[in-house]
Amino acid sequence: MKYEACIGLETHVMQKTQTKMFCGCKHEYGAKPNTNVCPVCLGYPGALPVMNARAIELCCKAGLLLGCGINPRSKWDRKNYFYPDMAKNYQITQADEPLCLGGQLTTEVAGETKTFTIERIHQEENAAKNTHISGASLVDYNRAGTALMEIVSNPCMHSSSDALAYMTALKQIMEYGGISDCDLEKGHMRSDVNVSVRPVGQKELGAKVEIKNMNSFGFIVEAIEYEIDRQIGVIENGGTIDQETRGYDTDRGETFSQRTKEDAHDYRYFPEPDLLPVEISAEQIEQWRSELPELPAQRRARYVSELGLPEYDAGVLTAEKAVSEFFDETCQKTKQYKLVSNYLMGKVASLVTEKEISIADSELTAETLAQVAELVAGGTISSSAANELIEVLFTEGGDPKAIVEEKGMAQVSDDSALEIWADEAIAGNPKAVEAYKAGNAASINALMGCVMKASRGKANPPAVIALLKKKLGA
Amino acid sequence: MAEATHIDVSYVAHLARIHLTEEETALFQGQLNQVLEYVEQLKELDVTGVEPTAHAMSLVNVLRADEPAPGLDHDTVVDNFPAVRDGQVVVPKIIDQS
Amino acid sequence: MLNTKTIAELSAMLAAGECTSVDIVSDVLAAINARDGKIGAYLTLDRDDALAQAKAADAARATGTTGALLGIPVAIKDLLNVKGQPCTCGSKILEGYSAPYDATAVAKLRETGAVLLGRVNMDEFAMGSSTENSGLGKTVNPWDAERVPGGSSGGSAACVAADEAVAALGSDTGGSIRQPAAFCGCVGLKPTYGRVSRYGLTAFASSLDQIGPLAKTVKDAALLLGVVSGHDPADSTSIDVPVPDYAAALTDDLKGMKLGLPKEYFVEGMDPEVEAAVRAAVKKCEELGAEIVDVSLPNAKYAIAVYYIIATAEASANLARFDGIRYGLREDGADPIELYGKTRAAGFGPEVKRRIILGTYVLSSGYYDAYYLRAQKVRTLIRNDFIEAFKQCDAILAPVTPTPAYKIGEKTGDPLKMYLDDILTTPVNLAGNCALSVPCGFSSDGLPIGLQIIGDSFKEANILKVGHAYEQATDWHKQKPAF
Repeated sequence: MKYEACIGLETHVMQKTQTKMFCGCKHEYGAKPNTNVCPVCLGYPGALPVMNARAIELCCKAGLLLGCGINPRSKWDRKNYFYPDMAKNYQITQADEPLCLGGQLTTEVAGETKTFTIERIHQEENAAKNTHISGASLVDYNRAGTALMEIVSNPCMHSSSDALAYMTALKQIMEYGGISDCDLEKGHMRSDVNVSVRPVGQKELGAKVEIKNMNSFGFIVEAIEYEIDRQIGVIENGGTIDQETRGYDTDRGETFSQRTKEDAHDYRYFPEPDLLPVEISAEQIEQWRSELPELPAQRRARYVSELGLPEYDAGVLTAEKAVSEFFDETCQKTKQYKLVSNYLMGKVASLVTEKEISIADSELTAETLAQVAELVAGGTISSSAANELIEVLFTEGGDPKAIVEEKGMAQVSDDSALEIWADEAIAGNPKAVEAYKAGNAASINALMGCVMKASRGKANPPAVIALLKKKLGA
Repeated sequence: MAEATHIDVSYVAHLARIHLTEEETALFQGQLNQVLEYVEQLKELDVTGVEPTAHAMSLVNVLRADEPAPGLDHDTVVDNFPAVRDGQVVVPKIIDQS
Repeated sequence: MLNTKTIAELSAMLAAGECTSVDIVSDVLAAINARDGKIGAYLTLDRDDALAQAKAADAARATGTTGALLGIPVAIKDLLNVKGQPCTCGSKILEGYSAPYDATAVAKLRETGAVLLGRVNMDEFAMGSSTENSGLGKTVNPWDAERVPGGSSGGSAACVAADEAVAALGSDTGGSIRQPAAFCGCVGLKPTYGRVSRYGLTAFASSLDQIGPLAKTVKDAALLLGVVSGHDPADSTSIDVPVPDYAAALTDDLKGMKLGLPKEYFVEGMDPEVEAAVRAAVKKCEELGAEIVDVSLPNAKYAIAVYYIIATAEASANLARFDGIRYGLREDGADPIELYGKTRAAGFGPEVKRRIILGTYVLSSGYYDAYYLRAQKVRTLIRNDFIEAFKQCDAILAPVTPTPAYKIGEKTGDPLKMYLDDILTTPVNLAGNCALSVPCGFSSDGLPIGLQIIGDSFKEANILKVGHAYEQATDWHKQKPAF
C-alpha cells in the first residue's frame, strides 16, 4: 500500500516589539535574569494585563502578508495549565476568536510552485525561560509575557521538503515584514509539528502525532522524515498510531513518546475577564495594508523586470532582507545594477563569510559600493582592482576615489605606457604571435596576460586588446 | 429529588493541583454535589439566542502604546522568591514537556 | 474621642485647626488598643508608620495643602496591595509575601494624604460572607461578639463600626461590602464595575470585583468614593467617565425621585424584622418626597446559581498563581506538581479549596457549555432585568440580607446555605451596576439591619442622594455598639 503524509505546522513567532504583550517591561534578549519583570509578568496578586497596540498591529500585518482575513472582533481567553514558566498558571491567548483567519503562502518546492494554506494566526504571550541544573531548575521571567503569535497551517504539507520550504518562506516573510527578527538561535521562531499518515486515496486524516517546540529547521526535517517512516512502519506491522505528543532526540535522530497524564490537555479555556475584545475596522486594515513592505516574491519580480537582473541574481539578493535592502539602497545611487549584484553575490558575500561580519556591521556603505561600480563602469579601475578596493572598504572604509589614488589602482589606458608593455609581450611570445597570425584568435589572450602582468593589473583590458590587434595587423 | 453525582472531586482536585485528604475529598464531594444540584435550576431557562455576558460593560480596544515602563527592582523580586540561585528562582527539576 | 467622628467632621476640625491628624490617629490607635483584642478586625498594623504618616499630613497641611482625606486614617482590606506591606488576603498561602507596589486605589489615597492605617481581616481571598473563612484570625461583630461581622470585608465593617478606623476600603464581588456593612451597622458602597480601578486588588472574580468604601455616613462614603474612583490605564476594565463631586450633590429631600421596589427581593425565608425595617425605610423615602413604583427583576432568583459558577470559574484561574513558586508559602516537593499540590493543600483553607474545585470543574472538558456558557447567558438576562427596571425608576430599594448577623459557627457546616444568603446582593455584581447599604433599623436582639439602594451604572450620585436623605431623616447611623 502507498501512504501519504499530512503535515501541519504551528509556528510561534516572537514579535519585534519594544515591550511585552501585556505590560511595559522591556523585551530584551540577554539581559540579566529577572531584571525585565513587573507585577504583571510575574503574576503577582492584583496585577492586570493591558494589550500592547504594536503587537496587535504586527500580528494583523503578519496576517495581511499571508493573505489572512482580519477578524473584525476578536477576544482573549485564558488557557489554564500549571507550569513554573507560566507565572499566572494560565496563558492569555485567543481560543475561538483569533485576530487573523485563513490565509496562504505560495513558494517553490524543488522547482514546483506550491500553495500552503493557513488556518489562523492568534496572539498570545510567551513563557519564561527554564534552565536545568543538577537536581533542580531555575526560572528567569525576563521572557515571560513577551508577544508571541502562533501561525497555524492546515495539515496541507506532504513531505519534509514541503515543510522546509514553508518554514523558509514564512521566516523570510516575517523578516521582510518587520514582524520579527526571526533569529532562530534566540528562539524567535519555534514550531510544533503535526504529522499523520494515511493510505493514498483516503480522505480522513490519520491519528496525529505532535512534535513540540523545535527551533531548528534541520531537526524539523529530520523529525518529520523519521516520524513518517515510523508511522508507516507501525501501520504496516498491523499496529495503530496513537494520537500523542512525541519529543525528538537530536542525538539519536529519533522521536520518542512523551506520555503525559490524561488531564494534560484539559486547558479549561474561558474568556479572559481582564481584557476587552479587539475590534478592527476596515479603515484600519486598509491603513495597515498600505504600510506593508514589499515581499521577497514581489521584490524578485521587480529586480528582473525593472532592473534587468537575471532570475538567479534576484533570488540570491532577496534571500536575506538585509542584503536586498543594501542592494536597493545602492541602486538608488548607481544604475550599474548588474555590477552591484555581482559584487554583493561575489566579493561582498565572501567577505561576510570570511570575516564573520554582516554587511550592516561592516564599513562598506551603499554609497561606497555604488562608487566602486561607477569606477568600474567608467573604466577607471579593473574588475580585479574593484575586488581589492571592496575589501579595503569593507574592513576599513574610506573614500573609494582616494583609495584608488593612494594605492595606485587606476587602470592605465594611456597608449604610451601600454605600447611599451604590448611591444614587450609581442617580442617575448613569438609562438603566440605566430599562432594568432595563423588564425587562432584565442592566442591573443596569452599576450594580453603578459600585458596585464607587466602592468600589475592596471592596464585597461579593452584598450590592450585594441592595441595588440592593431600591432599584429589584424 | 435523589442526589445525583455530578463531580469527581479527587480528579478535579488533581486538575486544580490541590492535594486533598480523604476526609476533605468526601466532605467536598457531598457539599459540591449539593451545590451542583442547586445550579441545575439554570436548565429551566430557555437561553436560545441569548448572548453570553463576559464583561458587564461594552468597551473594546483598550490598548497601551509599545513604550517601556519601569518594572520591579531585581532585589525586590528576588526577596520574594522562596528559593534563589543566581538571581533566579529555584524550583524542583522540571520534566521538560517540550 | 476623635475616632468616633466622621470624615466630614474631622476634615472641618483639621481645617479649623481644632485637631491634628496625629490627634486623630492617636485616638484611633487607642481604640484599637482598647478593643481590637476582642473585635479582631486588624491583621497587621504599623503604629509608628501610621503616626509618621499623620505627622506628614499635618506638615503638609501647615504648608497649605488641603484635601477631603488629608490626615484621615483609613483601614485597608488585606486584599489590596500596599507597597512594602504584607498582603495576606486572609490566607496562609501568602505568608512572607511583601507587596512591591501600591494598588491604584491605595495610591490615590496616598496622593490625597490619607493615613493608610493597617490591614483588616477578611474571608480568605474574599470567599465568604462571615469572615469565618479567614485563615489568619477571628473577627466578631461589634454589636454582639457571638455573631459574625459579615464578609468578606468583615474586618473593614467591624473596624468602622467599632470606631477603630474613621473609614475603610473593602471589596465587593457578591455583596462583600454591603452585607458586612448591614451586619455591622455602617454604610457600604459597591461602585459600578469599572468605576474604581481593580489594579492591585487581588482578584477573586475579575468580572465582578469592585473596590468600595465602608464608612460611618453616606457623606463619608461619597468622599472616599470620590478619591478612589476614576480611570486607570493599568486596568483595562476601568472606564473613562468623569468622577462627579459625589459629596457636593447630596441633598436632604427626595422630591422628584422615583424609587423602585422589586417584589422578588422580599424572598421566602426572610426575617420578618428585616422586612419590616426595610418596608419602613421605603415609607420614609416616600415621606421625603420619592415616588415608589413597583419593578420586577424576574431573573434575580437565578443569581446565586449564576454567581457560584462564574465567580468560582474565574477564581480557579485567578488563584492558580498561588503555587509556591515565585512568592509566598512553599511546601517542597520532588517535582513541581507535588510542590503545587502540597503548597496549595497547606496554604488554602477549606472554602477556598471548595470553590477552586467547583470552578475548575465547571470549566473542565465537556462541562463548559452546560455550566459556564449557560451561566453567562443567564447573566445577560439578569443584566437586562436591571436595564428594564431603571427605565422606570432612579434607584431600587431592597433589603441587603435575609437576616441580621447570625451566630459564629451557625452556617459553616453547610456551604450551600451560606451561599443562598447572598441572593439579594449578587444580582448587582452580575449586572455590573452600583449599590449602597445604609443602616435602617435594629432587630429585637439589637442587631443592625441594612437597606440596599441599587443604582444604574455610573449613577452612584443617585444612590448616595437617596441614602443621604434617608440618613438625615433617621438616626440609625448614630447608634454605637457598647464596649
